[in-house]
Amino acid sequence: MSQLIWNGLFVGSFYALVALGYSMVYGIIKLLNFAHGDIYMLGAFVGFGLLTMSGALATSAGFLGLLVVLLIAMLATGTAGLILERVAYRPLRSAPRLSVLITAVGASFALEYGMRLVAGPNPEVYPVRLEGTTLHVIGARITVEQIALVAIAVVLMVSLQWLVMGTGTGRAMRAIAQDPKASLYMGINVNAVIARTFFIGSALAGAAGVMAGAYYGKIDFLMGFLIGLKAFTAAVIGGIGNIKGAMLGGLVLGMLEAFGTAWLGGEWRDVFAFGFLIVFLTLRPTGLLGERVTERV
Amino acid sequence: MTWTMKKAPTTADTERSRGLNRMFSDRRLGWLGLAVALLAPFVSASNYSLSVITSAALFVMLAVGLNIVVGYCGLLDLGYAAFFAIGAYVSGVLSTTYGWSLLATVPVVLAAAVLAGIVIGGPTLRLRSDYLAIVTLGFGEIIRITANNLDITGGPSGIYGIPGLEVFGFDLSSPVAFYYAAVVIVALAVAGAARLGRSRMGRAWRFIREDEDAAEAMGIHTYKLKLAAYIAGAVWGGLAGILFGAQLSAISPQSFTFLWSALILLAVVLGGMGSTPGVVLGAIVISVLPELLRDAADYRFFVFGVLLIVVMIFRPQGLWPSQASERTPARVPEADKEEAWQA
Repeated sequence: MSQLIWNGLFVGSFYALVALGYSMVYGIIKLLNFAHGDIYMLGAFVGFGLLTMSGALATSAGFLGLLVVLLIAMLATGTAGLILERVAYRPLRSAPRLSVLITAVGASFALEYGMRLVAGPNPEVYPVRLEGTTLHVIGARITVEQIALVAIAVVLMVSLQWLVMGTGTGRAMRAIAQDPKASLYMGINVNAVIARTFFIGSALAGAAGVMAGAYYGKIDFLMGFLIGLKAFTAAVIGGIGNIKGAMLGGLVLGMLEAFGTAWLGGEWRDVFAFGFLIVFLTLRPTGLLGERVTERV
Repeated sequence: MTWTMKKAPTTADTERSRGLNRMFSDRRLGWLGLAVALLAPFVSASNYSLSVITSAALFVMLAVGLNIVVGYCGLLDLGYAAFFAIGAYVSGVLSTTYGWSLLATVPVVLAAAVLAGIVIGGPTLRLRSDYLAIVTLGFGEIIRITANNLDITGGPSGIYGIPGLEVFGFDLSSPVAFYYAAVVIVALAVAGAARLGRSRMGRAWRFIREDEDAAEAMGIHTYKLKLAAYIAGAVWGGLAGILFGAQLSAISPQSFTFLWSALILLAVVLGGMGSTPGVVLGAIVISVLPELLRDAADYRFFVFGVLLIVVMIFRPQGLWPSQASERTPARVPEADKEEAWQA
């Protein structure tokens, strides 16, 4: 039982990191960024490339080396998010919603198969594998590395919370989420703030990608597809557009999956998660923490 | 949020293009397309080319079905392969395990497709339209994983030995006969979808696409009509699934990945959302092009992804736009009337 809860929390913290980017972008420009899961994949591959290039250096530096790689990968995926926004989404800011959604699907496709061109179709094995000493805490087996990864995720989420609630950029983001046009009149550089949002969200997804690569040990060019869907589910459960909701939703989804797996077996895990998404949208489409949003005409 | 907001200036008003438009919108165009399809085996009737053109015909049917949902009604369905899979699996299981003829499975497939459409569309179509996109994406995965896990669907190896098409005692399982049967069915499907688009319901769908709130205000029951569009798409996909099973005689979960849904969407977007001739052309291009460009197989999907972005930014109406959204009605007399009323 406590093992299940821990597994759920651990996987859930990954989901939460990816869900945050989804939720932030949706909250601000009402765009479902389908390519977000692929940014996560990109992060995993950037980390893989860095670790392979630096060879023994990073492996010997151990956890600290991985931390440096994590930061560089975050910068890289953040930049990728900026480029994506500039090239694919900004030209369509005033276009119908359907066009933007289709563009997002195209971006996801281009990222996936672009990576397939670069890295080949076969899965790659991460050079660093986190396997550490096991602790037993109230009946659950927990490795030190798992704790470290969860700690990194928590630090990232806390700093995001501070960024959004405590800085000027964050205030601008919240203003745009409420009313983009009015924010423009108030002298906020809307395009710059949206670009920054993409950078932050993509950097978080990239961090999750490196962490997942280092933990699970295997990455491939389609790994972002499923996690993108899961992250959306998490964002909906928590209330899309709501930052605390995305974190909560990630953890709830992780737990649900852990219990669903124990109950129905591993092969039904994804069906369980997506089935839950449909049930949730039927019963409480605004999510656990979301407010009722009325569509403005 | 109107559809016309981002549209490039059209040349619909010049004399020459009006003539072209009249030619293209002619009913005869459909017959011409059918004639080309019927004559295609006379150009080359090797098993390979027959299988390519049969697949192209099936792809046309799928694209036309998705066009009802995406093109007419403006709802983004990213799990269209799920309906295709439902059709293929329901008819496959009934015809192999229970020994039904394929024709007898049609009503069951229809019922299953409609049911699936209601289960997915029912809850999500009440919400913002972009929720539908991602829920359908999840639905596509649910169907694929379920087919992969269940015993009755043959698990990962799928179903094989699906019988060929047989209509009232005529065996249509040879490649040529099957091709002609498929062309007839697909032609009916295309004509049916086009007529649906021109019907009262089709006009309502376009209205919803252009401006949902205005449509609601004009007394259109938008939820019911969106559900109708979604179910119509499901029916087209399910029927195409029966043909797919009959053509290949074996189906497996790998045949119904997200890639399929994305390719069908690309065909619709490239051809021109809402335009029947455009979508048919787009589907033929998308399904035949990979056969011609075998060497570039690795670049194919990357290029498809970039193409989706490029089309949306530079030519959102597609290669062959639909007439309905191109026409600009003469408004001058009405404007005069309005001014007169104000004076």
